[in-house]
Amino acid sequence: MAEQQFYHALKVNNDLCFGCTHCMNVCPTGAIRIRDGKASIRKNWCIDCGDCMKACPVDAFYIEQDDFDKIYHFKYRVALVPAVMIGQFPSNISESEIFSVMRELGFTHVFQTEHTVDVIHELMLEEARSATDKPLISSFCPAVVRLIQVKFPSLVDQIMHVKPPIDTSAIFFRKKLQDEGIPDEDIGLFYVTPCAAKIAIVKSPVKDRPSPVNGVINMDFLYNKVLHGIKNRSGSSTRSPGDNLPNLGPKHISWSLTNGEAPYMKGRCLAIDEIHNVIDFLERVENDEIQDVDFLELRACDESCAGGVLVVGNRFLTAERLRKRAQLFKDIHGMPDDLVPYRDYMKSRVTVETPEPRSMLMLDTDTGVALQKMEQVRKFMCYLPGIDCGACGSPNCLSLARDIVQREAQLSSCVFIQRTMEKHRKLHGDHAIRIIEKTWGKDRLDKDCTKIGAKDEGS
Amino acid sequence: MEFRYEIEGGNFSRAGHASSAVKKILKQLNVDNKVIKRVVVALYEGEVNVVAHAEKGSMMVDIDEQRIRIRIEDSGPGIPDIDLAMQAGFSTASAAVREMGFGAGMGLPNMKKNTDQMHVTSEVGKGTQVEMITWFRQ
Ligand SMILES: Nc1ncnc2c1ncn2[C@@H]1O[C@H](COP(=O)(O)OP(=O)(O)O)[C@@H](O)[C@H]1O
Ligand code: SF4
Ligand SMILES: [Mg+2]
Repeated sequence: MAEQQFYHALKVNNDLCFGCTHCMNVCPTGAIRIRDGKASIRKNWCIDCGDCMKACPVDAFYIEQDDFDKIYHFKYRVALVPAVMIGQFPSNISESEIFSVMRELGFTHVFQTEHTVDVIHELMLEEARSATDKPLISSFCPAVVRLIQVKFPSLVDQIMHVKPPIDTSAIFFRKKLQDEGIPDEDIGLFYVTPCAAKIAIVKSPVKDRPSPVNGVINMDFLYNKVLHGIKNRSGSSTRSPGDNLPNLGPKHISWSLTNGEAPYMKGRCLAIDEIHNVIDFLERVENDEIQDVDFLELRACDESCAGGVLVVGNRFLTAERLRKRAQLFKDIHGMPDDLVPYRDYMKSRVTVETPEPRSMLMLDTDTGVALQKMEQVRKFMCYLPGIDCGACGSPNCLSLARDIVQREAQLSSCVFIQRTMEKHRKLHGDHAIRIIEKTWGKDRLDKDCTKIGAKDEGS
Repeated sequence: MEFRYEIEGGNFSRAGHASSAVKKILKQLNVDNKVIKRVVVALYEGEVNVVAHAEKGSMMVDIDEQRIRIRIEDSGPGIPDIDLAMQAGFSTASAAVREMGFGAGMGLPNMKKNTDQMHVTSEVGKGTQVEMITWFRQ
């Protein structure tokens, strides 16, 4: 159970990474270490929020996606797109233009995932009515769900049991095509994702149920392709945007933005975005400092999905455009007619089990052993300088102390301890260099004028 | 293992710091989440009481494999009638404190409810001592 690792789409390209500590310092769960001069992510601690990717100065992080040509393995190729995809484009580019280019690119159908929001919303209201443990926490943002699993395990029971729009729309669209007589193996559903967290959820095997989508396409990749398509053609589209594309209503358009869910829930509801804000607030919820709150909408990204790591457009402009659209379509309510007959079908299939708590903070499963380890950590902290420089390859002194106790580092990993040891002749200078090379990679201390900021930067 | 935290009277913005620190420790020790929750609720109320009613205080925490023992001491006005103070809803909190969302008179009763043992002693004009024990295996 505890050994089973999370699936992560977030990867480090070792050819580009030069071990600069930016990612290590911003990671909200302290999941990154530098080893052999490269960033390495602890799989069980990473929550896929993408902060490392946003902080990397050399674009060494990437999000693994499926090969675009994979769509051609299927006769029916469906793109499931969230509303933020549209929000990135300048307002003079219309939705139907975007969708017709997507069809030129090879998709046979384009479906906006938020069309299924009404079903999700209904289930959320039902769950809220019968819940005793308050506040309930939205299950919308997978990075937040993982954050709670690893850092706030006592709150897992308060996470709602409803799948997000991606899964729900995949379940709907597959069934719809099947009902049209299309064999399942001909149906390829591809989710256009704004972030790593959503991929991880789609790709994580849940019990023996197969993933509802056949592949994932990164939103930045598709954005570039679509924009290129629009810029490079003269006149109007060669292909119609396709049928089955009614406009989303205001609730649907803004669902993935900050304050997307909260206004539609009952009682006292709060919306909090950005991972550090979320952590800070959950800390208080866990202390029972926050009372009489019924519902929490929590999103890992600043400006919620408009700030997703794969959303190309500026997050404030993206959110603004979507809000304008929501205003424009303020008279549209309810589900499109196509979906209505599938309401019960969806409702019976989009609930999820309570996610398992998997604390990353635990020093040992045995409380007695954990106590001993904690005592050791406190002892090491007496010697470590407490300036959190990260030169040991751990994000701060306390992390190093814990890493030492867990036998993943040594006290001599600390450069200040090395100096002291050298002074007391307990460490030879050559050995100290070897230690540094182990963390920072060979030749790291050699002169190099091509690094960022140096004389021949980038050459 | 022992830990000690200072609590500053009147500073509501810091109320919760000591209980958060203890919570972090218990999480590292793989103490059952439900037990942690109870302990933290009791600690937080105890911490808030020092902030709201006393001048300054400290929290001493002693943890071993089986249990957590907490002692909160303050110098402050003391409690004239402890039995009365323990009653649900009893509060002498000022209007200003209530305005900030504290002072529902549920602190002491909730501390009692959420710990296995609790003992309050107090001397008027000097201060109050609260001792609480909770066992990890219920
Ligand atoms: N540390 C303390 N010092 C002085 N008086 C206290 C202290 N703790 C509690 N009291 C008294 O006991 C009363 C009840 O405490 P409690 O149940 O926590 O309710 P509340 O703090 O909401 O008033 C307080 O209003 C106060 O008069
Ligand atoms: S806020 Fe949206 S884009 Fe960001 S991690 Fe959560 S689901 Fe992904
Ligand atoms: Mg109180």
